[in-house]
Amino acid sequence: MTVATIKKERKLTIARAMAEAIAQEMRTDERVFVMGEDVGPLGGVFGNTRGLFDEFGAERVRDTPISETAFMGAAVGAASDGMRPVVELMFVDFFGVCFDAIYNLMAKNTYFAGGEVQVPVVLMTSTGGGYSDAGQHSQCLHGTFAHLPGMKVVAPSNAYDAKGLMTAAIRDNNPVIFMFHKALQGMGWLGTEKDAIVHVPEESYEVPIGKAAVVREGSDLTIVGLTSGVHHGLKAARELEKQGVSAEVIDLRSLVPLDRETVIESVRKTGRLIVVDEDYQSYGVTGEIICSVVERNIPLKAAPQRVAFPDIPIPFTPPMEQWALPNADKIIAAFNQMENPS
Amino acid sequence: MKPSREQKVWMYEHMLTSRYFEECIEKIYMEGKSPAFNMAKGPIPGEMHLSNGQEPCAVGVCAHLKPEDIVTSTHRPHHVAIAKGVDLDRMTAEIFGKKSGLSGGRGGHMHIFDPAVNFSCSGIIAQGMGPAVGAALSRKLQGLEGVAVAYIGEGAANQGAFHETLNLAAVWKLPVIFVIEDNAWGISVSKQTSTAIERNDRRAAAYNMPGHYIPGNNPLSIFEVAGEAINRARLGEGPSLIEIETARLAGHFMGDAEGYRPEGEKEALFQRDPIPAMKQHLEEAESWSDAEEAALQSSTQARVDAAIRFARESAYPAPEEAMEKVFV
Ligand SMILES: Cc1ncc(C[n+]2csc(CCOP(=O)(O)OP(=O)(O)O)c2C)c(N)n1
Repeated sequence: MTVATIKKERKLTIARAMAEAIAQEMRTDERVFVMGEDVGPLGGVFGNTRGLFDEFGAERVRDTPISETAFMGAAVGAASDGMRPVVELMFVDFFGVCFDAIYNLMAKNTYFAGGEVQVPVVLMTSTGGGYSDAGQHSQCLHGTFAHLPGMKVVAPSNAYDAKGLMTAAIRDNNPVIFMFHKALQGMGWLGTEKDAIVHVPEESYEVPIGKAAVVREGSDLTIVGLTSGVHHGLKAARELEKQGVSAEVIDLRSLVPLDRETVIESVRKTGRLIVVDEDYQSYGVTGEIICSVVERNIPLKAAPQRVAFPDIPIPFTPPMEQWALPNADKIIAAFNQMENPS
Repeated sequence: MKPSREQKVWMYEHMLTSRYFEECIEKIYMEGKSPAFNMAKGPIPGEMHLSNGQEPCAVGVCAHLKPEDIVTSTHRPHHVAIAKGVDLDRMTAEIFGKKSGLSGGRGGHMHIFDPAVNFSCSGIIAQGMGPAVGAALSRKLQGLEGVAVAYIGEGAANQGAFHETLNLAAVWKLPVIFVIEDNAWGISVSKQTSTAIERNDRRAAAYNMPGHYIPGNNPLSIFEVAGEAINRARLGEGPSLIEIETARLAGHFMGDAEGYRPEGEKEALFQRDPIPAMKQHLEEAESWSDAEEAALQSSTQARVDAAIRFARESAYPAPEEAMEKVFV
């Protein structure tokens, strides 16, 4: 983040930042249009298309029927024909009804066409739980999307990155999955992570896709996360500070391409690694990050740890869901486990 | 096939139960959610889709069903669950996330499963249609009694699953009935702006099955049409599609400001509330007495109050129980 020199604060939620980035691109590029369920007059269930319908009208901000197979495939076709669709899948959990268009077409057509066909779609989709929406409305599925080659995947933890990544995503000539976490969205009814609401410059800018950010410097421990995991990591780092432990926190921001170098650099310095992910633990981001460090033979002072969602469907009832979700205490416990393996 | 007095009273009873249940849930849902409305808070967290106004769809169809018949419902399931005879205590406890709930708190209001009466529901649009077709196939293959009913909203008729399951059910001539609860809105998007035809019953023609459209949100006419379709399925004559004009008297979910509704629409819907209309019918056609009304009001309310008491007094599950029941 480059907020150090800012004089006048202009704090936005991620929702507002996303809408602003889309609006700015729509003003300068006629090819950009938006479609999805309730993205029109309602402004998106999660607020990220608010104001677009009023400014650009029904032709360019299109409410769709509940027909994801159709409009996801349509996004692919429109993109390959010269448009730049920003399409919303309301909850990432709904990918099941349209994944064919996503991973067999959107992700692969450029390759199948030997690079001769472009598919500049931005697929924005909400992730995450913590508010008891149960197992079909709370998943993250970072690993599911990042696993399949051919799609870039970004996931911001704050409004500054959200705007810059959205701008970069719309300008990118490849499909980009833009995952926004509901608890960071700044919609009061979902609870709000205040640290996600940060200064956002009015002018248009890009945050490069594929670059992680060191959001807190430290020398004893590297905590790597994305979206909600970054905020848990920062809270844990502030607690660990009190115990005299200096934790560095890395926000991955992009899963594809994955900035392994920034992680490796950090772990080379600290020798300790904890990876935080709200997605299911197995076969996911946590394993990928740890493996990336281990296979480079970086000297480690302790076995790397992960704090992720257990391999169970997300339960509804608060005692179970809250118990299963990552949090700062679990990161601290993981650190203590590294220091004093039981 | 006209409903008998007894059947009418059964329908009215379940409409009253359902409406009072939703009114209680609505109040309790708001506990802990003010001054700031935050879905995560209070004794009933998460999304809440109320069925106020749609009771006729539930009772008019379920009046013909037996426990062995299969019903799949949607994200807006309470009225159908109540009419299908789902255990009200355990359903309520599930909505409260308690250990005594139907799934021990794992599912919540969008994932109510009561295998004792073959009821289930789920949160993704048109998702229940395939399983209903499969259950109907299973009954046919096993030579067992029973029909399957898949409830969906009118918005779901634009999902691929709708068209695929209708075709499959027709090709295999399965004992399944597709029931569309047309409340005219899918969240903020109207049927009119999202659906290529005015009435979805016409789509039945494309799948070579009878299609019915029932105007008026009236349990009596729903009873008649559903009875015909269910009989047809029981006789092995195949599937039917029924679209019912109904009304969503609540928001899409609790917290919905409903700014998308045209002015006056909501008031007009309340004018046509099916519950007073049903009461009036009973009075006019069945000499329904004040005493009968009072007795039914108090018994239905007592039943719901007891379920809510059961839910409130039940304990939460231990957090670690989250790890159980992934496999059996
Ligand atoms: C596949 C899928 N897409 C989108 C949603 C989000 N969503 C939940 S309810 C709803 C509207 C459904 O409308 P309808 O089927 O008419 O039922 P109603 O809510 O009116 O009862 C939508 C779009 C979903 N749950 N599943």
